Amino acid sequence: MVTVSATADRIAFKPNWWARAGWVALVVYVVYACSLLDFTWARFMVGLDNGARFIGRMLPPNFSRWEILTKGLAESLEIAVLASALGILVSLPIGLVASRNLMPVWVTWPARMFIALCRSFHPVIVAIVFVKAIGFGALSGIAALTVASIGFIGKLFAEAIEEISLKQVEAVRATGAPFMNVIAYGVLPQVFGRFMGFATYQLDSNLRNSTMVGIVGAGGIGGALFAAFQRFDYDFVCAMLLSIIFLIFLGEVLATQVRAIFLERGKVDEE
Amino acid sequence: MQNGAALSIRHLSKEYTRGKPVLRDISLEFAGRGLTAIIGPSGTGKSTLIRCINRLVEPSAGAILFQDQDLVKLSGGALREARRHIGMVFQEFNLVERLTVMENLLTGRLGYVAPLKAWLRKFPPGDIDEAFDLLDVVGLSGFANQRADSLSGGQRQRVGIARAVMQHPALLLADEPTSSLDPKTSVEIMTLIRDLGTAKSIPIIVNMHDVELAKRFADRIVGMSEGRVVYDGAPAGLTDGHLKSIYGGEDWLR
Repeated sequence: MVTVSATADRIAFKPNWWARAGWVALVVYVVYACSLLDFTWARFMVGLDNGARFIGRMLPPNFSRWEILTKGLAESLEIAVLASALGILVSLPIGLVASRNLMPVWVTWPARMFIALCRSFHPVIVAIVFVKAIGFGALSGIAALTVASIGFIGKLFAEAIEEISLKQVEAVRATGAPFMNVIAYGVLPQVFGRFMGFATYQLDSNLRNSTMVGIVGAGGIGGALFAAFQRFDYDFVCAMLLSIIFLIFLGEVLATQVRAIFLERGKVDEE
Repeated sequence: MQNGAALSIRHLSKEYTRGKPVLRDISLEFAGRGLTAIIGPSGTGKSTLIRCINRLVEPSAGAILFQDQDLVKLSGGALREARRHIGMVFQEFNLVERLTVMENLLTGRLGYVAPLKAWLRKFPPGDIDEAFDLLDVVGLSGFANQRADSLSGGQRQRVGIARAVMQHPALLLADEPTSSLDPKTSVEIMTLIRDLGTAKSIPIIVNMHDVELAKRFADRIVGMSEGRVVYDGAPAGLTDGHLKSIYGGEDWLR
């Protein structure tokens, strides 16, 4: 009796028909989209021929106009560092105010709206807006990347604060500490390590984006890069691309170093 | 050295959800000294009662008189001022894990130090000297610069106690201070709490569910059941009959 009733219920892996239907729909759509966009092997082979000529004209890279190159790179670096510093500075209080576990709803709501607004558009679109509003130049680039930094760090910082242990905060509150002291001793120590992670990641990201905002006239090496593309100076383009790779690589090393310093402090203390 | 203050709880009630009271009309008087243990089963409102005193939990009704004011009516700066005179020790220690032992101790002084100075770790030298002395007292000499998350449970609770004493409290609350600890460490921690209370003449109110530990350390025992006080008197007067009314059933007493 027992075995009879059991065989009917003993299905170890129940099929999820909705999920299967979803996968089938995805495959059908991919095939449809490929056919619509001429995404075919034949088209790729045609393009390959052109690509070979393009790469041929890029080599060897031409560093003869190094003044333009270094000036652009330096400006990009300045944009990235300034935008990161400004963005971090602004996103600290905004992220704190946006954390729902410490702040009342009427405060978190506008703060979260502001962060969402900062995240709504790609930095290039924000850069175009600033170029139109305050004119060509590095200031627009700095403003655009600051907005992007606030959006990114503000959101992650708020989320980090929302995950802290409130027991530790409660203990500091119970000592009769004023609000700012509760933040400094109960909240910040819990999120500092992660915050350093966000900040170095954002600096890295700003470095990459600062080479791009120049394309729309917001300063940095992007302007020169775009001009070289349009004049078919592909050997100079190649020189600039190599320099940008070098700059990003340098930024990556720097970010890793910063993270290592703070991680190491944690490790030593844990022993 | 320091003088404790008396505490008077009058008709205190607390409901987290309407119609389901956790504390029902509690009235208790505490003298300005001695160790009082509040015992009772889990979920009977012991912790809520303790937290109502320093307003980590908002009471629904009643009055709590301490140092000539009603704690229930305080808010903002006045509430923070009152909290500075009430030390608290927690079940799970509630240390700020990523701060050092010294920083955790000085947390007890945060009510007296301006934010910028606290941020820059510019505490009055007297506070720092006192913290080092207290570390010696609680048996953690040499641990000042260790991070709190590197300590064992017993060591953490010693830091928790030292942090509370750093406040120079007129009353010390302890919410199940030994429930996360092994029996031997529990006795050591209770001894430390009692001795510090005697030495600095601070009255202590301790929540606990271990009846034997309560009998051993308390000058007075308050038994709670379902949000009411069902026993209030000397440890010696606590009979099996009382324990039956506090915890219910009787099989566990044999």
